[in-house]
Amino acid sequence: MSRNAKINALLLLVVAALAVLPLALGLGDHKKEPFTGSDSEAETAITEIEPDYEPWFSPLYEPPSGEIESALFALQAALGAGVLAYYFGLRRGRRQGELRALADRGGPDAATDTSAPDDSSRDSSGNHSTGRGESVGGGIGSGSGGSGGADASAVRRA
Amino acid sequence: MHIAEGFLPPAHAVAWGVASAPFVVHGVRSLTREVREHPESTLLIGASGAFTFVLSALKLPSVTGSCSHPTGTGLGAVLFRPPVMAVLGTITLLFQALLLAHGGLTTLGANVFSMAIVGPWAGYGIYRLLRRFDVPLMVAVFFAAFVADLSTYCVTSVQLALAFPDPSSGFLGALGKFGSIFAVTQIPLAVSEGLLTVLVMRLLVQSSRGELTRLGVFLTKARPRTGATGRADAADAADAADVTGTTDTTGTTDTTGAVAR
Repeated sequence: MSRNAKINALLLLVVAALAVLPLALGLGDHKKEPFTGSDSEAETAITEIEPDYEPWFSPLYEPPSGEIESALFALQAALGAGVLAYYFGLRRGRRQGELRALADRGGPDAATDTSAPDDSSRDSSGNHSTGRGESVGGGIGSGSGGSGGADASAVRRA
Repeated sequence: MHIAEGFLPPAHAVAWGVASAPFVVHGVRSLTREVREHPESTLLIGASGAFTFVLSALKLPSVTGSCSHPTGTGLGAVLFRPPVMAVLGTITLLFQALLLAHGGLTTLGANVFSMAIVGPWAGYGIYRLLRRFDVPLMVAVFFAAFVADLSTYCVTSVQLALAFPDPSSGFLGALGKFGSIFAVTQIPLAVSEGLLTVLVMRLLVQSSRGELTRLGVFLTKARPRTGATGRADAADAADAADVTGTTDTTGTTDTTGAVAR
């Protein structure tokens, strides 16, 4: 497992821990109904403040049961996750294709043309673009362009 | 942060709708302009919307013993600026209002205002501010997502307190009540959202560096100007090195940056 993947895994682990800890520590035990949605708690608070308040409009469609509702929530998450996965898969595939094409043609020099950022209009100093070109080429040459990637930043932050 | 259908008095519902509408219209314009001028952005815009879709469906337990969900709007605000998120956030809220009976059509204006307008703008604001002080990209991204998430729930608390002031303690009393339901619950979730946004941004830096550069993500100045100052360029180069690999190339770029500086 590369260092980069370890950092990503650690991020996920912390998120999971943040979600599990309240459950594991029983932080909802003091409530009659633990871990209800804060949205419905707000509804309760509204009726506490204004007992006479009547919602003046009801949803056009309401999922007939909790199961259907969770199915629709899962659908929402799945749609989003699907699009995200498609995006990253496509990017990865394109990148590999580019690298393979470059390897066929040979030479990291050519790498600058395809993978260098398309912001040449903004580059005012020749020095600067040379620097970036080299770094891109270097990353590819060492065969660890992406994975080496955030290592440097991780070191800086650590 | 979803105010349930019918739970805002009509006057409030209309007022928030009127307040939100111009932002959404402006957002639609910037979105179509972005797609027209940079068709290659479409995919990443879709991914930003997808991120919001996933995160706002994730109901997570929190320290207060209740559940809430992140908003996912910080990422898109950093990448494409807040107006685009006004549209993507509205689409998400509409989906939830129509299919899940979560939120509602009468409260859409208020919910759009908190999640799709104030959240992205607050997150983007803190992001730009931190970047101006040369705070590392990932730290700024974390706080952008954290602030976007938390500010959304604070706005919801304000909206409800305005509509339902406490009979004895008034607006502030109600604000405390709704704030303790929403904002306190949200703090750990905002941390989670920040970490997840950093994770996605790390993956983006690896996979889409060219596109992020075009969007100015590596810049520490607000807008890429022609003939940018040496300082901005140096910071740009340093960040490019930050996310590239080997030590020797970092050295090279740093030298270049120093020269430009």
